[in-house]
Amino acid sequence: MIVRIATEAQYELTESDAEVLGKLDNQAVAACEAGDEEQFNETFKELIEFVRGNGQMLPEDTLESSDVIVPPPDVSFQEARAEFTGEGLIPG
Amino acid sequence: MPGLSGRMSTVIKAKISKLLDRAEDPGETLEYSYQKQIELLQNVKKGIADVVTSKKRLQLQEQKLRDQVVKLDTQARQALAAGNEDLARTALERKNVAQTELQSLDTQIGQLAQQQDQLTASEQKLRAKIEQFRSRKEVIKAQYSAAEAQVRISEAATGVGEEMADVGLAMQRALDKTENMKARADAVQELEAAGTFQDLTQIGAGEDDIDRQLKQLSSSSEVESELAKMKAELGTGPGAAGELGAGDAPAGRAAAAEQQAGPSQGPAQ
Repeated sequence: MIVRIATEAQYELTESDAEVLGKLDNQAVAACEAGDEEQFNETFKELIEFVRGNGQMLPEDTLESSDVIVPPPDVSFQEARAEFTGEGLIPG
Repeated sequence: MPGLSGRMSTVIKAKISKLLDRAEDPGETLEYSYQKQIELLQNVKKGIADVVTSKKRLQLQEQKLRDQVVKLDTQARQALAAGNEDLARTALERKNVAQTELQSLDTQIGQLAQQQDQLTASEQKLRAKIEQFRSRKEVIKAQYSAAEAQVRISEAATGVGEEMADVGLAMQRALDKTENMKARADAVQELEAAGTFQDLTQIGAGEDDIDRQLKQLSSSSEVESELAKMKAELGTGPGAAGELGAGDAPAGRAAAAEQQAGPSQGPAQ
């Protein structure tokens, strides 16, 4: 599965790693909804490090589109929250 | 696949896809997307130039503040040598404020340098993809029928489109941060203009609200300890004060009088 870390790079992840990523992602959203900033920051950091550590970075000239896109590594709790309640990072 | 991805990344992916759908013009995919790619590359270059300009501006401000710190330190010493402890304390308080500001400027300059590097890397990546897209497009055109080529080139364009959306996002974030820093730098400059970092001779009648608030904010204990250190260096500790008053006072007093003359003359200007 191809995962993009927004504003960073694309990574190839195995199916089982993708499953772990999905779980971390949902944990981050849960923390967001619970208003738990500390928990969100911790989980999101773990998520980003998981992708960087377990994924294979795709070459620069690849033209594959991603299956999944995670928010930029420097996303703030407020931005992430807005993502699920309003306009968020990307208007639309 | 959808079962594997979490909610957050699904939302982001869906939004990017929507952006791409909106941008796509099936009838003109070929020329349209290539033109868009080149436009974006130029925008990224402009964005990088913006970040560099802001960085230079903060660096200039940093140099100015460094000069202020040196000047205020010298003034504090002069005031103390002249036996005017209050004036010395005020100078040290201002020095303290300037130093705190310097630290935050340092951090900001570091952040801008990071933004610059990140955008430069993004630009390179986008350039590589565009180049790849262009050569692949030619190969596809030569190998397939017009209709089939259109489909395949569309697919390749989606990959570039995603990168374009991503670089756009990176640039937006970099510029937002730069704007925030600019706003802050402007505020500091206003403080400077309002007299916060002005000559010591302007203190007194010219003191305004911001001065007083900043004074309260600055760590008084730090100021006191620096003052004590300065006194020790100058040999004007509690015991030495009397000697100074009686001894080499004339020159010092004259200097103090000169400095204190400032405020009363100030408003008349």
